[in-house]
Amino acid sequence: MNSGTSVCHSSSQTPPIWALIQGRGDHPSKGTREHWKRIDPFQDTLRRLREAFKSGRTRSAEFRAAQLQGLGRFLQENKQLLQDALAQDLHKSAFEADVSEIITTQNEVDYALKNLQAWMKDEPGSTNLFMKLDSVFIRKEPFGLVLIIAPWNYPVNLVLVPLVGALAAGNCVVLKPSEISQGTEKVVAEVLPRYLDQSCFAVVLGGPQETGQLLEHKFDYIFFTGSPRVGKIVMTAAAKHLTPVTLELGGKNPCYVDDSCDPQTVANRVAWFRYFNAGQTCVAPDYVLCSPEMQERLLPALQSTITRFYGDDPQSSPNLGRIINQKQFQRLRALLGCGHVAIGGQSDESDCYIAPTVLVDVQETEPVMQEEIFGPILPIVNVRSVDEAIEFINRREKPLALYAFSNSSQVVNQMLERTSSGGFAGNDGFLYVSLLSVPLGGVGHSGMGRYHGKFTFDTFSHHRTCLLAPSGLEKLKEIRYPPYTDWNQQLLRWGMGPKSCTLL
Amino acid sequence: MEREVQRVRQAFLSGRSRSLRFRLQQLEALRRMVQEREKDILAAIAADLCKSEFNAYSQEVITVLGEIDFMLENLPEWVTAKPVKKNLLTMLDEAYIQPQPLGVVLIIGAWNYPFVLTIQPLIGAIAAGNAVIIKPSELSENTAKIVAKLLPQYLDQDLYIVINGGVEETTELLKQRFDHVFYTGNTAVGKIVMEAAAKHLTPVTLELGGKSPCYVDKDCDLDIVCRRITWGKYMNCGQTCIAPDYILCEASLQSQIVWKIKETVKEFYGENIKESPDYERIINLRHFKRILSLLEGQKIAFGGETDEATRYIAPTVLTDVDPKTKVMQEEIFGPILPIVPVKNVDEAIDFINEREKPLALYVFSHNHKLIKRMIDETSSGGVTGNDVIMHFMLNSLPFGGVGSSGMGAYHGKHSFDTFSHQRPCLLKSLKREGANKLRYPPNSQSKVDWGKFFLLKRFNKEKFGLLLLTFLGIVAAVLVKAGYY
Repeated sequence: MNSGTSVCHSSSQTPPIWALIQGRGDHPSKGTREHWKRIDPFQDTLRRLREAFKSGRTRSAEFRAAQLQGLGRFLQENKQLLQDALAQDLHKSAFEADVSEIITTQNEVDYALKNLQAWMKDEPGSTNLFMKLDSVFIRKEPFGLVLIIAPWNYPVNLVLVPLVGALAAGNCVVLKPSEISQGTEKVVAEVLPRYLDQSCFAVVLGGPQETGQLLEHKFDYIFFTGSPRVGKIVMTAAAKHLTPVTLELGGKNPCYVDDSCDPQTVANRVAWFRYFNAGQTCVAPDYVLCSPEMQERLLPALQSTITRFYGDDPQSSPNLGRIINQKQFQRLRALLGCGHVAIGGQSDESDCYIAPTVLVDVQETEPVMQEEIFGPILPIVNVRSVDEAIEFINRREKPLALYAFSNSSQVVNQMLERTSSGGFAGNDGFLYVSLLSVPLGGVGHSGMGRYHGKFTFDTFSHHRTCLLAPSGLEKLKEIRYPPYTDWNQQLLRWGMGPKSCTLL
Repeated sequence: MEREVQRVRQAFLSGRSRSLRFRLQQLEALRRMVQEREKDILAAIAADLCKSEFNAYSQEVITVLGEIDFMLENLPEWVTAKPVKKNLLTMLDEAYIQPQPLGVVLIIGAWNYPFVLTIQPLIGAIAAGNAVIIKPSELSENTAKIVAKLLPQYLDQDLYIVINGGVEETTELLKQRFDHVFYTGNTAVGKIVMEAAAKHLTPVTLELGGKSPCYVDKDCDLDIVCRRITWGKYMNCGQTCIAPDYILCEASLQSQIVWKIKETVKEFYGENIKESPDYERIINLRHFKRILSLLEGQKIAFGGETDEATRYIAPTVLTDVDPKTKVMQEEIFGPILPIVPVKNVDEAIDFINEREKPLALYVFSHNHKLIKRMIDETSSGGVTGNDVIMHFMLNSLPFGGVGSSGMGAYHGKHSFDTFSHQRPCLLKSLKREGANKLRYPPNSQSKVDWGKFFLLKRFNKEKFGLLLLTFLGIVAAVLVKAGYY
């Protein structure tokens, strides 16, 4: 459709995508765009997958179920391998690996297998008077060739759960696991393909350069989990091909704690969700908002909880993870200088270890309150009332998750109604992420789109409205044709009109 | 521009637009506006597209009224939180999805159905509780002016504003930050809109276009088929995003199709088409010339008459069209109907699949298996079988494109969903902390096993689930008694 609303588009010399991802948009690039085009390593793979999609191989329920079953077997047969990889990458305990990665993914696979037929079925629709005799339905169609870019913090879950939906929806998939979680990347690249039909599935490896190159190609859908900064780059690249995207990003998830709460209960719950995976969770409570009085009571409770969870020497606890790499470690260590350390604060560079830490007397302008922490550091910011807390929250970007602890359901509801965030939990942490019936997704800077359970299937499907009119019964349609007499016009107005259905 | 957007944002932050009562009030006011000022609205549309008032009513106003009524009837139910299925871990908690407004929405309208394509998205945005900035197309000047004049007279003046202007103003507008951008227009500008939105991580709905193919099988009633195609093709002088753009059929059918369409055109618009009040004109000279250029080198079976002074182009049919020629390279958006002969349905399907995914696909046949095959083996925004356009009319079904014909969808509840954030909420109590001990470190194998047990089962109606529930109820009672809380 041509629009008169055209827009001036200045053709500026934009740096290649990979340079932007690396954060080198302003520097001269090592290689020119042309140079990279000539050695495009992905062309063949993408062409192969596209042809496979065109052949229709991925469409049948049998094929899709077989892929999902393959994925299930991959999880079952390689559990130890995966646990070892996660331990290697993030010092993840077997418990955390099971609960947050392997079981979760298995759940999704089983759920998809169980419901695949139902999800694939055409959804019937309702019609108005003039179309009562037609057949109306929504057809779920795969988009075609989809790209999944996964991060390093839950490298099994965040690469495989989107994959479940993409496969269930009948797409061909290119998977780009994070190069930073090297152990898991290896397993995904070397072992996973053996369980899936490799004509319709490929794993591509590499860093920012390769990802940038990959993004220059056309995909029919891009699913990205990562930071808002790179999310913008992904969406900009997608715009060139009008590729729809889901961006699971992040932000600073506030955790408001009311004076009415029992500090120990709150400390247990907040600490568990904060220090899980050494704080490297997109939906973890990022900072606490509470009154100075509550802070007084919370600090000893938090200390008690941390000791109970991880012992007197958390570094020797098998239950505490490590920071993924030096770069993140250095970034986090610098944050330890903000405010005052009330609990923890120790770090060990050789081990990428940062102790479960609580900071107080933190200023809004300090770095720890300016960026998503993504580590085992919990700053406490004082507010005098729930109104002040709400104002504080609303001054900032919409977070991926928001937490409110209070014995008063009124307070919890106020928080809920007067703020916006991807998801919300009252009196607990991100437990809702375990519910398959609930979508996980951001809003504003924390992302767009959502997934988990059926929502993943829907994300990777085009919902195509289909109307099948009977080829006869032309007399009924006659009245819509010109020339329009008065009688014609009256009848059409009535028949198409909104009230006509109620008369019947 | 920035100030205007800020003003609207402040209005949204005041919270005024959120209550159900307010939203319903605004929708009712919008309805009153359309009913009370019908004449003015129809006159504006008529002036822009040389459209008869009846056509303006039946093509635009009626859809708007239908959409408003549909919203008014269903909104109270849509705004409520929807409970969700829980697992054992959360069975004692409240879990639901609460729809919430996104904030400030930008709606960029198109000129071909200038009223409905601006107001129908607006209805959805209001229903979802947002503040809205509307940018009507400057090409349909009269409608842009009337919308700018009427909206502030009926709707909240700070929450819903109209900004008129051309390329410069739109570019400026797109630099601002919105919470959703809804654009109807062409593919090229769609990319620019999405790129601008990416800078702010703003989600977009793009209702674009493409060449909507129309396959005519030999097993069909050609009389009826040609009437339907004629109706859909030449309405609004072909300037419809879901008009059948071109026909694919076996060569033997061409002459019959040409004859029947010709006859139907005569029936619809009379001998002297120029005089028919039901036949529109091309929006402006630029498009007029563009469409004219598509005729170069083509075999005109009938039609082809034009009049630059009035921007009139006669209903035209081209035969034996070469797919490589210009008329088959861009969306026609005019009253020219090329027929491209194909050997059979296989070739037709290949032909369609070699090209960009269209906004609509049409297939005419008595053979239901063939229709099914067409749908199964192609992709498009939507499909109508044995008719054209009609899938647009269903406000219970999503209307949108795929691939280069667009992303996202709207109409009815889909508009409400497009302009809402569906926020999952889990509400626990601060009591029963004992039960949580299971998840806290230090961890053990038994905890892993329990973890599996709780996570892998879902709270549902199955008998086993009930037994479990009873058992856990007993456990909970014991825990409470034992003084955990």
